[in-house]
Amino acid sequence: MSATAKVETARQPVLEMRHISKTFGAIRALQDVSLTVHAGELHALMGENGAGKSTLMKVLSGAYRPDAGGEILIDGTPAATGDPIKARASGIAVIYQELSLAPNLTVAQNIFLGNEPRRFGIVDRDQCARRAREIIARLGVSFSARDMVSSLSLGERQLVEIARALSTNARIIVMDEPTTSLTSRETDRLFEVIATLKSQGIAIIYISHRMEEVYQLADRVSVLRDSGYVGTLERAELSASRLVSMMVGRDLSAFYKKDHRPPDAKRAVALSVRGMSDGRLLKNCSFDLHKGEVLALAGLVGSGRTELARLIFGADRRTSGTLELDGKPVTINAPREALDAGIAYLTEDRKELGLFLDMSISDNISMGVLARDAHGGGLRDFAAAERRASKAVADLSIRTSSVQANAGSLSGGNQQKVLLARLLETEPKVVILDEPTRGVDVGAKSEIYRLIDNLAKRGIAILMISSELPEVIGVADRVLVMRDGTISGEVTASQGEPLSQEKIMELATGAAQQ
Amino acid sequence: MTDKATEISTGGQATGTSRRLRTAIAALGMLPVLILLAAGFQFLNPRFLTETNLLIVTQQSSINIVLAAGMTFVILTGGIDLSVGAILAASAMVAVMVSLVPDWGLLGVPAAILVGLGFGLINGLLIAYIKLPPFIVTLGSLTAVRGVARLLGQDTTVFNSDLPFDFIGNGSLFGIPWLVIIALSVVVLSWLVLKRTVLGTWIYAVGGNAEAARLTGIKVPLVLLFVYGVSGLLAGLGGAMSAARLYAANGLQLGQSYELDAIAAVILGGTSFVGGVGSIWGTLIGGLIIAVLSNGLILAGVSDIWQYIIKGLVIIVAVALDRYRLQAGART
Repeated sequence: MSATAKVETARQPVLEMRHISKTFGAIRALQDVSLTVHAGELHALMGENGAGKSTLMKVLSGAYRPDAGGEILIDGTPAATGDPIKARASGIAVIYQELSLAPNLTVAQNIFLGNEPRRFGIVDRDQCARRAREIIARLGVSFSARDMVSSLSLGERQLVEIARALSTNARIIVMDEPTTSLTSRETDRLFEVIATLKSQGIAIIYISHRMEEVYQLADRVSVLRDSGYVGTLERAELSASRLVSMMVGRDLSAFYKKDHRPPDAKRAVALSVRGMSDGRLLKNCSFDLHKGEVLALAGLVGSGRTELARLIFGADRRTSGTLELDGKPVTINAPREALDAGIAYLTEDRKELGLFLDMSISDNISMGVLARDAHGGGLRDFAAAERRASKAVADLSIRTSSVQANAGSLSGGNQQKVLLARLLETEPKVVILDEPTRGVDVGAKSEIYRLIDNLAKRGIAILMISSELPEVIGVADRVLVMRDGTISGEVTASQGEPLSQEKIMELATGAAQQ
Repeated sequence: MTDKATEISTGGQATGTSRRLRTAIAALGMLPVLILLAAGFQFLNPRFLTETNLLIVTQQSSINIVLAAGMTFVILTGGIDLSVGAILAASAMVAVMVSLVPDWGLLGVPAAILVGLGFGLINGLLIAYIKLPPFIVTLGSLTAVRGVARLLGQDTTVFNSDLPFDFIGNGSLFGIPWLVIIALSVVVLSWLVLKRTVLGTWIYAVGGNAEAARLTGIKVPLVLLFVYGVSGLLAGLGGAMSAARLYAANGLQLGQSYELDAIAAVILGGTSFVGGVGSIWGTLIGGLIIAVLSNGLILAGVSDIWQYIIKGLVIIVAVALDRYRLQAGART
């Protein structure tokens, strides 16, 4: 693959973005960024959230017009800027994190949605089906053009998006964190498709926070930081430390720093879960969580980790199971009751299930304790909300111009910190964190790890769901592994030995039993 | 490091100012449209901007504004209440019928309000606890409550020429009609609830993201019950106001399609139809725009049929302009 990339390098690049700057009012979102991409190349674009990756891609897709002086060249000829339709016609396709498919239509209908082949002004269904079949064959995937999109997995839906890009004869495909919600098998499938695309001469701009992926896939990596271009590394020059220092501009040796003392067997049990079932996926899950402990809940996507967390939090209905908090039985049938008892939950899906995007950061942070702060029988205490928000912004270093700004205006990492702040305001004894660093940049990640460490030091019990094994091993004291709705085992660190990644994978996949 | 810090803080100030400006423009919303309309009608007929006529306009808009205030609560949660016109009719019937009871006639007003509250709570229970879609529930009660209204007077018009609370409909305090005072009080109270109480913040939260609200510990069903209760209660108050103005009520004709005017006022006021965004002041301006249009078109001598067409078009164009303006604001 790298050999073909080298050959292509000699030729004219398929895409050149030159001196792209973009200002919004007084805010400079991009400053003199240049990017060169060759046909058949996978060009990874890295940088912390808010570094300017998304803005750059929006300039490319025509959603934003660059400031004067910037130009985009396709095959060496200047292309129109700020026009999404022309950008698409010139072969640029962007696949966003949030997929934009219509679930009630077939794969073929989705591929040609808004761009249907017509005959006499009527959608030509035969041609639609035929061309969809051709494109699907080109990708070498297992579903058919007649399948309903609702019957496909998330990974397959992503492939439909790629097929849609191919249907417009895209030559430059931008993928924005495509693996975020994929299982490892789906990820492999996606990578195969990416290799196929490359062999067909399609250039791919790949945005990702995951180092392993970038190592595996990238022919070149460009890094943005603070709205500016930092540099581009060839495949041969890639190294984790170099990339990280380019991205954050500082050393991250203390990335997974554990300051809290892992609890010994004598430490009191904070939360005791017994026999949790939901009548669907979860069967008889039991475990103990100690005070000051960071317990990771590992397992594959779909193994029931989020479902178990939601059951403990009272967000879903359980068919059986009991909870004990500090040795006393508690009944929790609703999130409100869990919060009152001292159990807090951070959702894995911050936009759909967590944030109030149209409300202020201050309101978002105080939302769980409004009634507690109220005076005069239900009047808002705005001063208290402001105090809480300002303190949280300082403590968690949330980057914002004002606590009155809308939560929707923040970058992913800062939105996550707002949710963490809201959770902490309820002064919980037990904290359940569901994928706390999903879609969060490296800098914010390390800050969230430090926060988890601090909470454990204060004696708070933490249950952390994570799909990233390095994170599980770096942060947790003990690991529970789930498989098919049950807890399939526990991994503990033995005398000086770190937690074993292999053991966790064995338990998660069921390899241990065979 | 210091360089970066100052850069961020100056950037912050700039966004702060532009954001404040944008909030101010958003709060103004349709006010320019209202002023333009008033100026236009004044140009067409100089009698428009006279004290007498303005009193008539505000008086005519008062009942719609009371209904629209309730509707604002409902739409802020992402719901809809189609039954307010029917509830108004039933409440007005009750108001007149109770007013006929010797010595206890004044109780007609609280009776109307309670009847409205009752119907609103039934809507709320079905929506919040049985989890039926608001459109369907209130579409059903639109029809059913209309039937109840007709049943109450055996499908006749009930009169009381000696209505004990007729001052509400036709009297004034210091020269300001009671109808206007009531409408303004409802708007101010609504503002207090929406912007100054915990419950108000919960209403916005439920409309913005109901599932997130539930996971944050907000009792979403209670919030929904409250907003439909308020909408019903204000429809009941509207019924009392209407009865007081007419000295009569008719279950069949009264309040027909009032819900559409109320919804139009809320939407003209910039409240998002999916919930979570909007303000009661916008609704007040929206209600006034509708009243100014009706009154101004009559004064300009436009025929009844054309009034309908023009009113409909103005609503669509005004909201389209508003969307366009907000999008332009969001882009820069």
